[in-house]
Amino acid sequence: MEIVAIDQISPDQVILFAWGFVRINATLVYTWLIMGLLVIGSIAITGNLSTERTLSRWQNLLEVIVGTIRSEIREIAHEGTDTYFPFIATLFLFILFSNLFTFIPGYVAPTSSLTTTAAMAIMVFIAVPMYGIAKNGILEYLKEYFRPTFIFFPFHVMGEFSRTLALAVRLFGNLMSHEKVIAILLAVTPLFFPVVMQALGLLIGIIQAYIFAILAMVYIASATQTHEEAGHKPKKDTEAVKIQ
Amino acid sequence: MDSMSIVAMASIITAGICMGIGAIGPGFGMGRAVQGALNSIAQQPDERNSLTRTLFVGLAMIESIAIYCFVISMILVFANPFWTYVMKKAGG
Repeated sequence: MEIVAIDQISPDQVILFAWGFVRINATLVYTWLIMGLLVIGSIAITGNLSTERTLSRWQNLLEVIVGTIRSEIREIAHEGTDTYFPFIATLFLFILFSNLFTFIPGYVAPTSSLTTTAAMAIMVFIAVPMYGIAKNGILEYLKEYFRPTFIFFPFHVMGEFSRTLALAVRLFGNLMSHEKVIAILLAVTPLFFPVVMQALGLLIGIIQAYIFAILAMVYIASATQTHEEAGHKPKKDTEAVKIQ
Repeated sequence: MDSMSIVAMASIITAGICMGIGAIGPGFGMGRAVQGALNSIAQQPDERNSLTRTLFVGLAMIESIAIYCFVISMILVFANPFWTYVMKKAGG
């Protein structure tokens, strides 16, 4: 069951419910479903946490997820893990779950709509200077734009915008292309090849969620580390991936 | 040939060329990136976590170029502004 027709490139165009000027499209509905699932699941699991030797299996699962995300953040940011954790983990979990459910018939990933990914990229765009100013103060943050000389100012500004655009279009393009490939394969060679591509799509979904979160963390880390600090310490992780 | 068929033909051919040529560069780039990462992992297996993470981030950066091309061809095929304009003109 495909609810997005093959000539529509976004689930925004699928209107499920219209009342007056209020239009509820498929993107909104599935975003709310994912949000509700995450919130209710987290509340249900964290309701009865235990520090005893026996854990419930759900608490174990949540501890593994939280621990992995924290260690990934620590490897990039080196300090202040708890400051970045809520933002990065929210992005990661939301994208991960909305990508993973694509194997359910009738489901459309909300991340395959440019509006969702653009909203998340703009969140990163706002969060980077916020964290930078909170860590180093506004003067030190603005000074970063004029390093090494003032000639580099326009390039820094251009980089800010182009990486936001790239963040949005990358996630959207990956998910949308996956959907279109499945739809075309269903029409050409039904039964076997679409299943293989679905399995590949799960892998792509996980990798894209990981990349989005890691890139957001790398951008934040590059804004919060001042220039002098980066010169002293060997920061091989962030230096190697500091791409625009 | 009327303007409608010219627009349709130009859109389809351009979409194909855009995707075809646009995939060459990122293909070479990703190949070189994976080659470098595999060489490094073979030499220093202890650094594999850091190398893999950097490789994935780099691959995403390279891949986004191909994704731009893909989005452009998708727009040309499915949501072409010139095609809607021509259709509106033809409709009246």
